Amino acid sequence: MKRWQRFKSSYFLYSFRRDPVAVSSFTVFFLLVAVAFLAPVIAPFNPYDTTIIDIMDAEIAPSWMEGGEDRFWLGTDIQGRDLFSTMLYGLRTSVIIGLGAVIFQAILGISVGLTSGYLGGRIDAFFMRIADIQFSIPYLIVAIITSAIFQLAFGVGRFEQMAMPLLIVIIGMSEWPKYARTVRASVLGEKNKEYVEAARVIGLNRRIIMFRHILPNTLTPVLVISTIQVAQAVMSEAALSFLGLGMPITKPSLGSLINAGFEYVFSGSWWITFFPGILLVVFTLVIILFGDWLRDVLNPKLYKG
Amino acid sequence: MDKSNHLLTIENLVKHFDISGGLLDQLSIEKGRVKRHRTIVKAVNDVSLFIKPGETLSVVGESGCGKSTLARTILGLYPPESGQVFYRGDRIDHLSSQQMLPYRTKMQMIFQDPYASLNPRMNVERILEEPVIFHNKSIRSDEVTEKVAEVMDLVGVDPKWSDRYPHEFSGGQRQRISIARALMVDPEFIVADEPVSALDVSIQAQILNLLMDAQEKRGLTYLLITHDLSVVEHVSTRVAVMYLGCLCELATVKELYNSPRHPYTKALLSAIPRLGVRQPKHIRLKGEVPTPINLPPGCVFHNRCTYADDRCIVEVPKLLELPSGTFVACHRVEEGRLD
Amino acid sequence: MGHLLEVRNLEVKFALRFGDLTAIDNISFTLDKKEKLGLVGESGAGKSVTGFSIINLISKPGYISGGSILFEDRDLSKLSTGEMRKLRGHRISMIFQDPMMTLNPVLTIGTQMTETVLAHMKVSKSDAMDIALEKLKKVYIPSPEKRLFQYPHECSGGMRQRIVIAIALLTNPSLIVADEPTTALDVTIQAGIMDLLQELCTTEDMGLILITHDLAVVSQVTDKIAVMYAGRIIETGPTEEIVNNPRHPYTKGLINSLPGGLQAGSRLAQIPGMMPTLTDIPDGCAFNPRCTINGPICLEKLPELRVLDGKNHSAACHMLENDQRDK
Repeated sequence: MKRWQRFKSSYFLYSFRRDPVAVSSFTVFFLLVAVAFLAPVIAPFNPYDTTIIDIMDAEIAPSWMEGGEDRFWLGTDIQGRDLFSTMLYGLRTSVIIGLGAVIFQAILGISVGLTSGYLGGRIDAFFMRIADIQFSIPYLIVAIITSAIFQLAFGVGRFEQMAMPLLIVIIGMSEWPKYARTVRASVLGEKNKEYVEAARVIGLNRRIIMFRHILPNTLTPVLVISTIQVAQAVMSEAALSFLGLGMPITKPSLGSLINAGFEYVFSGSWWITFFPGILLVVFTLVIILFGDWLRDVLNPKLYKG
Repeated sequence: MDKSNHLLTIENLVKHFDISGGLLDQLSIEKGRVKRHRTIVKAVNDVSLFIKPGETLSVVGESGCGKSTLARTILGLYPPESGQVFYRGDRIDHLSSQQMLPYRTKMQMIFQDPYASLNPRMNVERILEEPVIFHNKSIRSDEVTEKVAEVMDLVGVDPKWSDRYPHEFSGGQRQRISIARALMVDPEFIVADEPVSALDVSIQAQILNLLMDAQEKRGLTYLLITHDLSVVEHVSTRVAVMYLGCLCELATVKELYNSPRHPYTKALLSAIPRLGVRQPKHIRLKGEVPTPINLPPGCVFHNRCTYADDRCIVEVPKLLELPSGTFVACHRVEEGRLD
Repeated sequence: MGHLLEVRNLEVKFALRFGDLTAIDNISFTLDKKEKLGLVGESGAGKSVTGFSIINLISKPGYISGGSILFEDRDLSKLSTGEMRKLRGHRISMIFQDPMMTLNPVLTIGTQMTETVLAHMKVSKSDAMDIALEKLKKVYIPSPEKRLFQYPHECSGGMRQRIVIAIALLTNPSLIVADEPTTALDVTIQAGIMDLLQELCTTEDMGLILITHDLAVVSQVTDKIAVMYAGRIIETGPTEEIVNNPRHPYTKGLINSLPGGLQAGSRLAQIPGMMPTLTDIPDGCAFNPRCTINGPICLEKLPELRVLDGKNHSAACHMLENDQRDK
């Protein structure tokens, strides 16, 4: 309760309220995430349920257009699924992969950055070289190789089941060095501060000093890059799916929807690609706008607190 | 020297820092050959001293003279290159952090910067209870609360504020909290590294009084690191003067201020600004402080000393005990050419 | 011609989100040629803001909201930015606590010095170099010819501060504002710099405003002192008067809280509490919550600076007036 009081009177909330871009982008982001996770409740159809899909409903235009039907507000895709419902489910998939990948990156990157920054020396050099190598391999190549091996080894059917965790790991693996470097840099700044020396004089062991004293003080830049990273992970997932390396069309994400509709754009069914595309742009845009504001407000050069 | 009578004894302590960086930075080509160069800062060079129980030993010197490094090496924050540290006769400089734990409750430290010495993400209560709980895992939580309140009361911060965060306090109050943290484990020896130099004049007096009160009430022994010579004169029992990592002079405060022996001490004392004393005649030192990377041979002070002769350039002066009890490292004093 | 510098009822405000904040409230002082004034106070007293407002360098959101700053009979607060720039670094120079605020780390000392000369004077490049050399000699820099071609990082802290002083002298200013010029330096170097500043005031016919928290330093160098508290001057007078016969309880407390002079080991006289922040300056006399001699009037009325005796010694305290009357 006290924390809430403190938060309510904080500079953070004050500047949030004063910034219309931050408020609106956060509202849109919040709404989209809520809608995505409430998809089973809100969506009129369940796109995963093959028994209600009728191939005869394929490529029906949005309801306000000629040939549109009232059942399908935004029309249907090539398999006859309601586009609106599929998009909601697709957004959910994208958000889960995006957040999952960022959590994966963050856990890996923060632990590496913290250890390497605090311990220094050879351990630091070792981890940072690995990070450099990781950074120099494009995630697309990693994704292509991994999914190819996986499909060969377990078959396409199994791959479809495992696609989501696999994507989380692939996208997560490719971006952890960003966290590792950010955290390492701020650990280097923090570890020479006197409060860390005070903790050592008390006799606290390394683990406690690292996790209880240094870690909380390095999280501000982590928070800032996390917003950008979520947007980036969602985009990466869309790109992979667009290339056919991501989510299968039976469990579409926004990327696979865009991909599936892409072939039909020129035959007139533009809506299959257009609406998921717009949703993807809006979603990443609000995250980036919010992240921008967060960076400004948490920038220690602009505000000390 | 009987080590067990002294609270702390330091013998021939040496601390160097290697700042040459990675292997690639160390390599250079000289006359067609690859050579490896190490850049070593000689922060503390062969310092020996002892601290008696209940006294305040001040270490003074200008920035870069190694006084802070000396303090941190004594507390085991930096491992020494060579030399020994004894606490009540027990050698502590080579102990593992686990073996060091019993000494951690006896030796504590107060830092210079009240803004950096408290973890900004912890409230006062957590900052203060952490050392107690760490060293006494079986302590009951109401005992901890009581202890926190007692110590906060002692240092003059209202215990009501224990749920506040460091940034909600002023510099002086933070320094009080920093002192409270050191007192939480009931230490007998406290190293204070420039405890008042970041504070305003009127707050300085408050903190100095607090330190003196705590010493009286709890029988503390202080090692005070500072560059402020008027503070030193006021609170210390004995004073050690350092220059470029070496101990120049060690004497009781009266002896040192009334009859300084080492030429550097004389120059230092003459430079203290005194209230209302116009145009004091202070000794101007020639030249600049050399870097601790390339120490001058012989006496480290010889290139700035007006009394230096050939012997000073070659031979390192030894710390010598004078009849007055003053220890001084100077050839001139030893030879009796300087009173 | 009147004084070299006359600050009259200066008021500086900071425009913040919850309204304007008064940082400097109605301060006045004068300075003549060769005179040295010490502005003393603790952090937050407004002494640096005063210094910055004299050279018109207050950064946003601060602004001069009232009063006038007469320098050589021109009102600085009414000058345009261009006119002020001409004056600053020419007739008025400033020395900061951190020499690296003045020195550019990527230019040699010689380049920086000649640039300053060329910006303000119509001389040839080689003449500018000569002037630079002459000023470096004036601040006792050993082998100045060599220094001209060195970079700031090749010099020690004390040397850098001397170079900054040399840069300040380049254009033969008539006023130097020194903001904590020796706070970051060691005592032996501080003593040298203070000697130098004092000497230069006499030889170069300059006025000096020395802004510092260190009463002892000020008492050695200056002719008169103004003690600041919470944005106001609370006591001012000749240095000897202030040091030996402080009248305002804050000045008294400040002097008594200095170690030295007292019996070693005895408790120092302390002023309870701390300086109020600008956001919550108490009503009446700003010092009243920490004062030991305050009466009911102190809570209500803001005391004005009042001359106490014939020695130009004035203080802003209600209780002092009563004290005087009782006598």
